Amino acid sequence: MNNFHTSKGRPSWILWIVIIAVIVSAPTILPVFRLNLLGRYLSLAIVALGVDLIWGFTGLLSLGQGIFFALGGYCAAMYLQLNSSGDFPNGIPEFFGLYGIKKLPFFWEPFHSSLFTVVAIWLIPAAVAALLGFLVFRNRIKGVYFSILTQAALLVFFNFFNGQQKLINGTNGLKTDVTLIFGQLVGSESIQRWLFWLTALLVIAAWSFSKWVVRGRFGNVLIGIRDDEPRVRFTGYNPTLFKTIIFAIAGGLAGISGALYTVQSGIVSPQFMTVPFSIEMVIWVAVGGRGTLLGAILGAVIINYAKSLISEALPASWMFIQGGLFILVVTALPEGVLGWIQGSGPRNLLSRLGISRYSATYPKLEMNHNQERD
Amino acid sequence: MELILESLFNSVAIGSVLLVAALGLAIVFGLMGVINLAHGELMMVGAYSTYVIQLIFKLPILKPFYDIYILVAIAVAFIVSGVVGILLEQTVIRRLYGSPLETLLATWGVSLILQQFVRSVPLAYATGCVVTVFISLIFGTFVPKHLFQGSKGKLIKAGALSTSAIAGVLTGGLLGSLVSKLSRASARNVDVTAPAWMRGGVDLFGMTFPKTRLLIIVITLVSVVAVSFFLNKSVWGVRIRAVTQNRDMSECLGISTENVDILTFGIGSGLAGVAGVAVSLLGSVGPNVGGNYIVGCFMVVVLGGVGNLLGTVIAAFSIGLMTDLIGAGRLLTIWPSMPQPLASTVDFFSTTSMARVMIFALIVAFLQYRPAGLFPQKGRMVES
Repeated sequence: MNNFHTSKGRPSWILWIVIIAVIVSAPTILPVFRLNLLGRYLSLAIVALGVDLIWGFTGLLSLGQGIFFALGGYCAAMYLQLNSSGDFPNGIPEFFGLYGIKKLPFFWEPFHSSLFTVVAIWLIPAAVAALLGFLVFRNRIKGVYFSILTQAALLVFFNFFNGQQKLINGTNGLKTDVTLIFGQLVGSESIQRWLFWLTALLVIAAWSFSKWVVRGRFGNVLIGIRDDEPRVRFTGYNPTLFKTIIFAIAGGLAGISGALYTVQSGIVSPQFMTVPFSIEMVIWVAVGGRGTLLGAILGAVIINYAKSLISEALPASWMFIQGGLFILVVTALPEGVLGWIQGSGPRNLLSRLGISRYSATYPKLEMNHNQERD
Repeated sequence: MELILESLFNSVAIGSVLLVAALGLAIVFGLMGVINLAHGELMMVGAYSTYVIQLIFKLPILKPFYDIYILVAIAVAFIVSGVVGILLEQTVIRRLYGSPLETLLATWGVSLILQQFVRSVPLAYATGCVVTVFISLIFGTFVPKHLFQGSKGKLIKAGALSTSAIAGVLTGGLLGSLVSKLSRASARNVDVTAPAWMRGGVDLFGMTFPKTRLLIIVITLVSVVAVSFFLNKSVWGVRIRAVTQNRDMSECLGISTENVDILTFGIGSGLAGVAGVAVSLLGSVGPNVGGNYIVGCFMVVVLGGVGNLLGTVIAAFSIGLMTDLIGAGRLLTIWPSMPQPLASTVDFFSTTSMARVMIFALIVAFLQYRPAGLFPQKGRMVES
């Protein structure tokens, strides 16, 4: 399992060159519509990095990352709405008028400040994640129970945001593309180009940060928790603390991702908190290769791009393909594509084809089912 | 008095739908440790089977028996969902025992495929497909195994399979065309109409109880009793419990754990089908019908504690009670002179969606005291 966090040099360097080439050349090659799509998918890569940290490295399968994603998005959208609501009656966003609200709800007030918003985008989701995580981890709720509880939490947040018209415009969501930033429309082409660059930069920053987190002793404890939590506990570490911290980090990343996605797609709505979307995040990581970080980025961008291309051509087929991906990746390719390339996959394939004499050796950790049990 | 009765009936009605939906999940999750996110879609299969059975009973030959179609539908839904479940177990889940998180993802994939299948394949073809699979399977199951051995074994097997496949395609096609003639409309969201004797309500204690709700309560009751009887009294029930407690030891003692897995999963999925019948009586049947229930079911199982039917029953009814108390704002009617801040809080949560928010918060709070649910499993195996 060692290669999970010390990825071998060559393939990932090649991938990095490809990624940077794509990012640099994209604004000149792609039309604005496609560039905007690519920007959105790059921002999804950040939430995928968070999923990789908690699932790939720590073994916590969260099906509720949509909560933190949407919270980040709402923070950004609330700031933008306030920033451009000077002309509306009472100086509050227009939609409040529909429900006869005259006074801004109290929790909107701090979002007048841009500094507060920049902090809130990652701090609020991280704090919510820390609280939720602490309550769950403290009782040693783990494995599938954790997954189910996060999914239920997701549904709860969805219901809450969906039902509260008077506070955050309920099911309609908050629009951002017609709001102003630096005196320009957020939906305008020049701002969208800047947002693309910002997203690309933040993806690389988030990757470096994640890499830094999983390197060294902290990362080793995380991997220890994934592979044998009781042993980590008996060695004197407190798994609850580590799990809470990493869950909060993943929540913060999801918040940043959600904010970037919101400003590029033009709206944030409770649809960000639907159950399928959060599970999709997991499949990006699973296909890319969990525990590889780079795989999460590639998985998020490539699968989403493929999704938009395929659904344009054959709308009905995407669900079949996606369902098939889920089944295929867990049964045939549990390490994901990048994990397969970096691991012994290619050598095994060559030896099976009779080209190389290398053959897989017995005891493989994955074969031992007792290790994998929750 | 009337108020309490009405509240009680509503809670029991909500709870029994939850319970019948969660029962199969409790068996599969509790006894096998398998998270089946396709459970909701198995319910959907059951609901659509009900619809198809209803259509078939509209044929002139079967018209006199139309009143009892619901009983036939329950049996058919149980079998169809059970077989779909067994297929799922044999093809996908079997490979993933011991890694629950992977099972969760794979079954989610299955549920996506099943949903999209219902959306894009017309009901008639879908029915044909199911019947084809069915008849093909019958040969695999009921033809004695020793015929397939020996020198001519392969030949006999190939012959049997192809005969069954042809028979399946023929019957399936016939039934498919029948259904398409009957339903006409492209079937996305369909409505199951209850037979005449089930419409309306029963008057008791000066109140009216809807008959469909009563029927669902009866279905739930029968299912729970049958399952607990099966698990506690029958030979296979004992085997299932033995495998649950210690798989390796059971295998050493000669229990075929493979068959036990198939049986457990089949029964769990079949119960999902029965739940589908119940759900089809409540509203229209669509591709998303199962997805609406799945999270609630999981909450019931988590709250009740794994591997314990009594816990599941109590959890379902207490969630039903809470839903009614909070969602309908009954606390305010019971205690009208509530102090102001409390009253506005109660009022804030008195919608169905906000009640869900509140109930989840309560469940999380409860799990702080009893992390393993109402009735935790005891023994050395539990904590790893």
